[in-house]
Amino acid sequence: MMHVIGTWIAAGLTLAIFSFLYKDNPFYKFAEHLYVGVSAAFAILYTWAFDVYPMLIDRFQLERGAERWILLVPTVFGLLMLTRWFPKVSWLSRWAIALTVGIAAGLGITGQVQGILLPQIAGTLLPLTSANNIILIVGVIATLVYFYFSVAQKGAVRLGSRLGMVFIMVAFGASFGYTVMARISLLIGRLHFLVFDWLHLVK
Amino acid sequence: MKFFDKIATIDRRIIYLALGIVVLVPVIFKLVLPIRVSEPVRDAYNSIDRLQDGSVVMVSIDYDAGSEPEIQPMLLSILRHCFAKHHRVIMTGQWALGLPFGEIAMATVTAERNRAARTPADSVLYGRDYVDLGYRPGQRALMVGLGREFRDFFAADYRNTPVDDLPLMRGVHNYSNIDLLVGLEAGNSGDEWIQFAGARYGVKIIIGATGVIAPDMFHYMQARQIKGLIGGLQGAAEYETLVSHPGTGIAGMVAQSWAHLLLLGFIVLGNVGYFVMRRRAQS
Repeated sequence: MMHVIGTWIAAGLTLAIFSFLYKDNPFYKFAEHLYVGVSAAFAILYTWAFDVYPMLIDRFQLERGAERWILLVPTVFGLLMLTRWFPKVSWLSRWAIALTVGIAAGLGITGQVQGILLPQIAGTLLPLTSANNIILIVGVIATLVYFYFSVAQKGAVRLGSRLGMVFIMVAFGASFGYTVMARISLLIGRLHFLVFDWLHLVK
Repeated sequence: MKFFDKIATIDRRIIYLALGIVVLVPVIFKLVLPIRVSEPVRDAYNSIDRLQDGSVVMVSIDYDAGSEPEIQPMLLSILRHCFAKHHRVIMTGQWALGLPFGEIAMATVTAERNRAARTPADSVLYGRDYVDLGYRPGQRALMVGLGREFRDFFAADYRNTPVDDLPLMRGVHNYSNIDLLVGLEAGNSGDEWIQFAGARYGVKIIIGATGVIAPDMFHYMQARQIKGLIGGLQGAAEYETLVSHPGTGIAGMVAQSWAHLLLLGFIVLGNVGYFVMRRRAQS
């Protein structure tokens, strides 16, 4: 019974969202606000159940010695983040932001160098023995020339830059094509749900 | 000339209606197309297929309701494939709102397996054959930290059972105990798995991504930073073909093709209308 009720609610909300394709209306607004509200409630619940409780409260009770007391450091920084609500002491939140920015930057730099830059350079150092390898290497060089602004874009540099722009446009086109496919897939998914799970038009 | 004026100013609602019809008709009449499996999807399939029986596969649910139609069929097929090969599955997720989709898929596939099981060894049991660790925040820090010890982040599973009480988890401490990581991605978590689990700890990774994300994953495939790539609903349909279990991926391919043809038609019509009107304005 609960499954049937859930399916009807989901179908009703799907149609309410689709109604925006005709024009903005109260059904769409209701579904939109409901989605935002439910998502926010879900996120709060998850933050408590999968973050604050197991990583802080539970762990504080379980750990002993330094492992226990060091938990106060993220707790204090977390609380400092909440000072943004109080204008007189909101500057304290910058310490917490500085900590998270520092961690993100540190992890980001090592991740980018170790995880992207070096492996991608290694992946581009290919023998010119196949059409694919030649296209790839020419594409990389031409695209780099397109973004090289230290010399005037004349002669060979201009030619390389133009070729780089062609490669970039092809990449944009491929990316957009995939995006269209993704959006159509979402429509297919919803219509499939309406036809099979809700209306049972097809077995 | 009136015709060109009209197509240049066509009401968007007519386009939506036409799109709805070309998608709905093949869905209702269950039309299917033969699916040709691409190399990145076959590589992803082979990465799971060639693992020794009983290997540990970690699946990360990094999507939510907005990407469910594209990625859920991939997850179902991958789980079916893993359990058919008697692999053990550890599920986790970087998107808190995606976890219920992981639970739904796991419940669907384990129920199928257990209905078909003839002996207790054929059945799949929670804790022995699969575990759901749930969600923890931290993303990059979490991915780096899992390389040291899972228990630093996951002392208990999704159901709050201590991980040491789960037979599957007793031998799993860090990435060295994970044979393959499957990232199902609707955002940037895939890049981060590759950077922090793949590059730093040498974890073998395959990625299943939405159509929006998939093009950004091909350079990882080319550089062999990932072992396979399943892109969009097309990729899901290809994987369903490989595991011989048709689902919404294969069911959606005719609709997908018809919709693409329609959009191509509208692009051509729109351009013809534009150039005719421009020529008329010039003359």
